[in-house]
Amino acid sequence: MFGFSPVSAAVGGAMIGLGVALLWIVNGRVCGVSNIFGSIVSGNWADLGWRLLFMAGLPLGAAAALLVGPDLFADMAPGLPELDMSPALLLGSGLLVGVGAALARGCTSGHGVFGLANLSLRSFAAVGVFMATAVLTVFVAGA
Amino acid sequence: MSETAQRRPILFHAAALASGVIFGGGLAISGMIHPQKVKAFLDLSQIPSGKWDPSLAIVLAVAVIVTMGALRIAHRRRRPVAAASFSQPHARRVDGELVIGAAIFGIGWGLSGLCPGPALADLVSTFPAILLFLAAMLAGMTLVHVWRLRARRQSAPIEEIET
Repeated sequence: MFGFSPVSAAVGGAMIGLGVALLWIVNGRVCGVSNIFGSIVSGNWADLGWRLLFMAGLPLGAAAALLVGPDLFADMAPGLPELDMSPALLLGSGLLVGVGAALARGCTSGHGVFGLANLSLRSFAAVGVFMATAVLTVFVAGA
Repeated sequence: MSETAQRRPILFHAAALASGVIFGGGLAISGMIHPQKVKAFLDLSQIPSGKWDPSLAIVLAVAVIVTMGALRIAHRRRRPVAAASFSQPHARRVDGELVIGAAIFGIGWGLSGLCPGPALADLVSTFPAILLFLAAMLAGMTLVHVWRLRARRQSAPIEEIET
């Protein structure tokens, strides 16, 4: 169903980079989605507004892209996102992602995009480790 | 600290929303909102059969290159366009929390193919099931937050707390 899609991957990747760039140049904030999301409970009230706006923007942008994207990029993955997994798997995986991202103070965006671009040693370590355990997990548990 | 939500310009909030929209659009165009496509990248066992999907590597590489450009532009500025200062990292050293946290994160990511950004973007079509993942993720983050607060309180008499 899904295959190699270099054009839409490059365009989408550039857009992700632009989103990160905007939040840094205009707001001086690191676009780390796990930190932005986790700050609902651990952050200060003064920062809640922009964080909620950023998070609301994610599905809005996705909706717009799902509408116009397939006409622009032939290799874009077809259809709407679907979760073909059990509630237990969603809960378990969510818990692990939450604990892990909080301990590591970042996820695929904060460490993966911003941190690597910033040549942060912490982020290179984090990305190396989570890529390795993710690949191992898929190897053991199956795709 | 130096600024409050009231004094923050409209531009600050507009940029946050725009950043989310562009980021979410990028996740959708690149296909990274499909957990199955993320897993197709992580599944290296498909390399021999030629069915491995390296798209995620291109997404990450291009995103990093664009961000590098932004960091160079920002480096020439004293302060961000709509804020008093650029935020500073919490920690600089590679420590146990980082390594263990990243390892746990990777296991969770590999199990479902979901990480925080795509999970939020997936609200577009997987509501309400995705709420299970998001609620569990928030619970996990709260757990770590409470654990850190307790650890800090216990070490308070010996170690001076920065405020």
